[in-house]
Amino acid sequence: MRKLLVLLAVLSLGALGFAQQSRLDVVKQRGKLICGVNGGAPGFGFIDEKTGDYVGFDVDFCRAVAAAIFDDPTKVDFVPLNAKVRFNAIQTGKVDVVFRNTTVTTYRDSQLGVDFLPVNFYDGQGVMVKKSLGVKSVYDLKGATVCTNAGTTTEKNWTDVDRAHNLGTKLLTFDDFSKSMAGLESGRCDAVTTDKSGLVGWKAKSKDPDSLVILPETLSKEPLAGFTFQNDSRWRDALTWIVYATMQAEEFGITQANLSEMLKSSNPGIRRFLGVDSNLGEGLGLSNDFAARVIKHVGNYGEMYARHLGPDSPFYIPRKGSPNALYTDGGLIYSPPFR
Amino acid sequence: MTKAVPFWKDERKLAVIFQAILLAVVLVVLLFLGYMASTNMADRNLKFSFGFLSEPADFQIYEGYTVAKEQGRWILRLYHPSDQVWQAMVTGFLNTLRVSFLGIVLTTILGVLVGVGRLSSNWLVNRFSFAYVELIRNTPLLVQMVFWYLAVFLLLPPLRTAPRFHGLIVSNKGVLIPWLVPDAAWANFAPYFYGGLGLWILLWAVRSFWKPPRWLYWVAPVALWGLGLILVGSLPLEWSVPRVQGFRVEGGMQLSPEFSSVLLALVLYTASYIAEIVRGAIQSLPKGQWEAPASLGLSYAQTLRLIILPQAMRIVIPPLGNQYLNLTKNSSLAIAIAFPEIMSVYETTVNQAGHSIEGILIVMAAYLSLSLFISALINWYNVKVALVGVAR
Repeated sequence: MRKLLVLLAVLSLGALGFAQQSRLDVVKQRGKLICGVNGGAPGFGFIDEKTGDYVGFDVDFCRAVAAAIFDDPTKVDFVPLNAKVRFNAIQTGKVDVVFRNTTVTTYRDSQLGVDFLPVNFYDGQGVMVKKSLGVKSVYDLKGATVCTNAGTTTEKNWTDVDRAHNLGTKLLTFDDFSKSMAGLESGRCDAVTTDKSGLVGWKAKSKDPDSLVILPETLSKEPLAGFTFQNDSRWRDALTWIVYATMQAEEFGITQANLSEMLKSSNPGIRRFLGVDSNLGEGLGLSNDFAARVIKHVGNYGEMYARHLGPDSPFYIPRKGSPNALYTDGGLIYSPPFR
Repeated sequence: MTKAVPFWKDERKLAVIFQAILLAVVLVVLLFLGYMASTNMADRNLKFSFGFLSEPADFQIYEGYTVAKEQGRWILRLYHPSDQVWQAMVTGFLNTLRVSFLGIVLTTILGVLVGVGRLSSNWLVNRFSFAYVELIRNTPLLVQMVFWYLAVFLLLPPLRTAPRFHGLIVSNKGVLIPWLVPDAAWANFAPYFYGGLGLWILLWAVRSFWKPPRWLYWVAPVALWGLGLILVGSLPLEWSVPRVQGFRVEGGMQLSPEFSSVLLALVLYTASYIAEIVRGAIQSLPKGQWEAPASLGLSYAQTLRLIILPQAMRIVIPPLGNQYLNLTKNSSLAIAIAFPEIMSVYETTVNQAGHSIEGILIVMAAYLSLSLFISALINWYNVKVALVGVAR
């Protein structure tokens, strides 16, 4: 009986301690990161058929976080999440952070118990149809059947467009976009809609990519960002500056190839950024050279983009002229200064 | 004189005390769970409130009716995205009801037929029923639903090349059937229609006071309807024939591929279980029930209809009720093929508006009330046909 009481007392003390700890410390103690990803989004988070590993643009950000904390991009466990459970996974604490092509909205930021990280991809909603329909614009789809994923911003955006232009379309929502594509190929769906980045990926994977066409209109703003727990500023700050580090590295022109030279650079901005003469990392709870670790293992933003969404990949989304270019090239990728 | 039994050995008192303790423990556990839930939600800045139900839904639902108050009266009409979230959930619930009730009726008919077929002396019928039951019972329902949808209904011809027969169209946008619908004259005829129904119910309700002759039960309403037709002047119904307009179809009764797949999968699956229940019930009857009619010269079909099935159906009612409940709850699998029943609407609402705990409580209440209603009907029927004197 006394042993039981002592055990209960110790356990409750442990719980008390846990409640005040930041997730950053929990992750460090655990020795690996648990990252929520898509698992079925071509280009962003999917399983490579040859190696069986998770790969993609969003997956690389998970690896960047692991690299920054542990100097090892393989210390990550990936948890595939569908659109319905992605917020629950953070609400229940099942994962540490989620990079799952999720749009930032007011409602999600305020009411779902999550906080967003900096936007890492600016996307917009698009519509894809079969070329044989002869449809040239989204507004020609009067009375059509449109298919998409259940419970996403896509559903609401399409409903808004439909009502604003009186298109009279009917919306079918599946739990899996592959079923929407099956519907498109069989003719049940006249059109499918989701983020344009997703459409590019699914088009590339479809049976006959040349028979499909993505219509020119962009129907909404879909800024995609990672997210984590609300009210854990220490963890969120660390994650935020890891994401910014990838962008700042591209702005400085630091790549995986020239990192060792850049470490010897005399440019004070670069030296401060790479942790050669600063202790910015310690203030965040990371090592001082966390930015250098990220670049060494994963590369800068441009390299991550080119690896998965560049001209050599099957899911090419042009950067030039899009909001995903660096701000110096007219885009929106902009990191605050590391100082 | 008997000695007074001490307090802690008195069995009746002990029974009461233990039950009270158990009840207290259950209450404490429930309160603790509720407390944990509320503090954890507060930690994560999630508020428990049902206010989200009155916000505009802003999402479309492919098919379904909802209730709305128009010009002071509650009516049933097609769902529109400007409706509130609670109306969206009602639409989902009505879709669940639609597929459940139609499913229950069809599956009973099919199940009884296949059950009897299993015992048939016709070799083809016998083997076919056996194959059907064994195949369908042993594959998961979700797999069957997705199969019917992807491999059958989606592969029907597209609208432009679909076969048509006097207005009936079978395509991958749905099976479209010409249907009778009320036309403009219905508003004038409606009082007579409802009056006739009311008269029928009234006659039934007062039968303990005044027993009307049997023919009055149907002559009275029909006479009222006939009077109404004469006064209105024309048939208040008209044909609604499906017509293809561009991408979609106007008119007629439209059975979407999603609804058809869900219904077909549910009916076939549950019928295979009902068939086995019916077969077991028939086989449990004593052999004399078959021999006596034979000795009286009744045919196989007459024996079944007059002697066997009435007895078998009495045995079958409680397990049949179970299968009906399974069917209603299995309809929640329809979310995999985009049929907007209540689980699907709940998922959409939760992803748009959060509030997963409040939402799931509503869904659970919906399924619970539907199941309790079906159970109550089954129990009432069971009591009605039970043998007098059978133990409770």
